Amino acid sequence: MGSNIDAITTIFTEFYYWVTIPLMFLIHVGFCMYEVGASRHKNHLHTLMKNTMLIPLVTITWFFFGWWIYWALPGGPGITGGIGHPLPEVATSYLPWGEGMGPRLDDRISGVFWAAFLLFAWTAASIVSGAVIERIRSTAFWLIAILIGSVTWSIDAAWGWHYSGWMVQILGYHDAYASGVIHAIAGGCALGVLVVLGPRLGKFGPNGEVNDILPHNPWLVCVGLFLIYTGFWGFYVACNVPLADPGFIDGQITGETWTATTIYLTPTTLGTITVNFLMSLSGGLLIGYMVSKGDPFWTYSGGLAGVITASAGNDLYHPLQALFIGGIGTACAYKLHYWVERTFKIDDAVGAVAVHGYAGFIGLLICGVVLWGFPASPYEGFAHITPWGQFAGAVIMFWVLGFIPGWVLAKILSACGQLRIPKEVELMGLDFGTEQDREAAHRDVLATEHAKN
Amino acid sequence: MFVAATIESWAADLNDVSLIYPWTGSEFIMAIAAIVAWIAWHFWQVGFEKREYEAEMQRYGDKDSLDRAIDDD
Repeated sequence: MGSNIDAITTIFTEFYYWVTIPLMFLIHVGFCMYEVGASRHKNHLHTLMKNTMLIPLVTITWFFFGWWIYWALPGGPGITGGIGHPLPEVATSYLPWGEGMGPRLDDRISGVFWAAFLLFAWTAASIVSGAVIERIRSTAFWLIAILIGSVTWSIDAAWGWHYSGWMVQILGYHDAYASGVIHAIAGGCALGVLVVLGPRLGKFGPNGEVNDILPHNPWLVCVGLFLIYTGFWGFYVACNVPLADPGFIDGQITGETWTATTIYLTPTTLGTITVNFLMSLSGGLLIGYMVSKGDPFWTYSGGLAGVITASAGNDLYHPLQALFIGGIGTACAYKLHYWVERTFKIDDAVGAVAVHGYAGFIGLLICGVVLWGFPASPYEGFAHITPWGQFAGAVIMFWVLGFIPGWVLAKILSACGQLRIPKEVELMGLDFGTEQDREAAHRDVLATEHAKN
Repeated sequence: MFVAATIESWAADLNDVSLIYPWTGSEFIMAIAAIVAWIAWHFWQVGFEKREYEAEMQRYGDKDSLDRAIDDD
């Protein structure tokens, strides 16, 4: 920190990212409430543990290899550069034994930046968690969580959410607030797992008719979604670089004006993303309420789908564009959810594939049309945003890095007998034995109290 | 080179201070130990979950208990 300006910039940036982390923690609190509320009473404790334990597992694997992957693979490798492109020494320092991984006074940013990316990783894994409740083994889910949280999300971020990622450079891929790099990939992964895992017993009747397995606590589900909205504020601001002087962007931006930027180092403002977040949320809520005829679960999910659809371009959209895009994505996600459920007998317990996967995919396509011709990067030689670049990016996110790895790992786990819980346990409920023990303990206490009376 | 106390005095120009954690030089060993512990945890979890379901099925897997569990939900 050579000057007072440098010092203030560094300390401000450190604090800025730190604030995003407890905010994003609320996303996970929300996901847990939402999943527990959506599960039946006989499964709610195991459902809670399944989601909670992804926190330590994704965290330690993010330390072991997730963070290194992000810095090692922006070039492919072999597409625009080798391993570590364009900063191989930085990538090396982020190996788990590297000098960049321990506390040091001459680097105050890496720790909070690492943690912000980690919270994104939790989110990606948690999205998958909701879809597979009440019949997946915890062993299997936690390996899937590590796959998406510390491997595939990190690869997609290196490719499409890094200022020098090959998808940004060649495809002009633009996804400022993670329609694709978090939501489409997580939805795709969930779908890949669901295809192998199969529906919950009782979800489909003997003739293929769809039965509604109702949440045991709709109120908890809605409050959980409300908390996810709250945490999403942290997610949005964590996607920005808060304060960049033109020199920070290698002199590509001229003049003296400092600015906030996206992860691609393209300029934006906190005001822009704040207004667009609220407008796309509103578009999603209005349309979610309309298409579901006032169903609270789908109204709240619609708000989330609205934000997710507009997120790819919310750094640049006009607020009214964000409003309409949020509404369109929500309507499509809702219709697709029920069409896929009826047609392919996919039991997505919380609509995660629709709200995150389909809305994220559609959001990337819309972004390619609305922002067609905008530069994807301040760097010369990088492609501009196009519909075909965004389409290729959406396919890579949802199918290549989402669906296929999820499907392959689920197949392997299934072949090893580790994917699905036994039928008897599913019928009695994962918590049945625990509840019997609790009731027995309660009876013992009552008997003892009566004896002392 | 393994260094236990990285910092001997805080009365220094902080511009010259870099690493502040103890046991510098042992990062590789610590990382390997942590990775081994992580993998071992998964093996433990596979066995734990298997035993848990087997016990549940042994105690409550008969038709009457299952019918009761389904009706109770």
